[in-house]
Amino acid sequence: MASGATSWSFTQEDFGAITASLEQFLAKTGARCALLVDRAGQLVATVGEQPTFDPTAFATLTAADFSANDQLAKLVGETDFKALFHQGETASMYLADVAHRVILVVIFDNRTTLGLVRLKMKETVEDLNRLFEQVFARAKGQAERPSVLAGADDDIDKLFQ
Amino acid sequence: MSMINYASREINCKLVYYGPGLGGKTTNLEHVYAKVKPDTRGKLISLATETERTLFFDFLPVDLGTIRGFKTRFHLYTVPGQVYYNASRKLILKGVDGIVFVADSQIERMEANQESMQNLYDNMTEYGYDLTKMPFLIQYNKRDLPNAAPVSALQVALNPGWEVTDAARQHIVPDAMHPGENLIEQVPTGEWIERAPYIEAVAVTGDGVFDTLKAVSKIVLKSLA
Repeated sequence: MASGATSWSFTQEDFGAITASLEQFLAKTGARCALLVDRAGQLVATVGEQPTFDPTAFATLTAADFSANDQLAKLVGETDFKALFHQGETASMYLADVAHRVILVVIFDNRTTLGLVRLKMKETVEDLNRLFEQVFARAKGQAERPSVLAGADDDIDKLFQ
Repeated sequence: MSMINYASREINCKLVYYGPGLGGKTTNLEHVYAKVKPDTRGKLISLATETERTLFFDFLPVDLGTIRGFKTRFHLYTVPGQVYYNASRKLILKGVDGIVFVADSQIERMEANQESMQNLYDNMTEYGYDLTKMPFLIQYNKRDLPNAAPVSALQVALNPGWEVTDAARQHIVPDAMHPGENLIEQVPTGEWIERAPYIEAVAVTGDGVFDTLKAVSKIVLKSLA
């Protein structure tokens, strides 16, 4: 049994590849912005127009929304819902699962259409699935890689003095 | 599931305050929110019912400082304490890095505490997490009330300890927060047992609230070191 949830980390190169994929998606669809949130509610990346809302709060609520919907899916006999759509008057959101660990959220308005967002999102999710699988596979292979905090006991003690 | 973001140089960790309804979990977060500098914390989000009972969770992000150039961000969550909200309570535990069990010290709430502790073990097991192997701290709240049970009685009921089978860990580990007490020790029957560290608190006045946050955060960061 695992002692807790496994940690994961990604490098500057991973971040660059993820960002590039999302930028391409935004260019093709005209959506306002795309955010990546991990299932524990932490914001991984934001691309496109900088959101005017609190991104940390947004990430937390997104993860909770997705988790709650996963449970609703189970109640109706599905394993999960791969994507969710929230329709607003001016802004709408489309959310999709990436590699079972991350959620892609796209915010768009009437400069584009739900059909186009949905269509292009499929390709982007496949792209991101591949990128994240690599990140997670590497994390598994390098379980013993020293963490940035390795040997930092004294620094940690100082932080809480 | 702590996340180290090398791009933004941040270490993100998730802490969950667990415990029976009306025990003071939300009060802990409200005190932290009120007392930390606004530039080191985010918004306090509460998904609560009209009667201010937590329906889904409360959430507060706080920065606790920088280590080796990395900002340490802790995301504090509470769960709904009421028994019937278990479906949503369980969701919040996903990806947790550290747990604070906020126990209500009142004698009348002993059973509710035990039920919630059992529920915590069950929910963690369902996720495949082992509570005895992860950062875990118990806060005995409401110590100011006249009907508060003695800490020794609460310890027996909620923190009896679990067996340490790994021979390398079978040595006395003193409890730094309570001189004369041990976190790991051998009991008269010969077994070695380990107890979770505990802190006494009065969350409404803020007593013990930051001690709790600091203690559990330190354990979480050390678990990553």
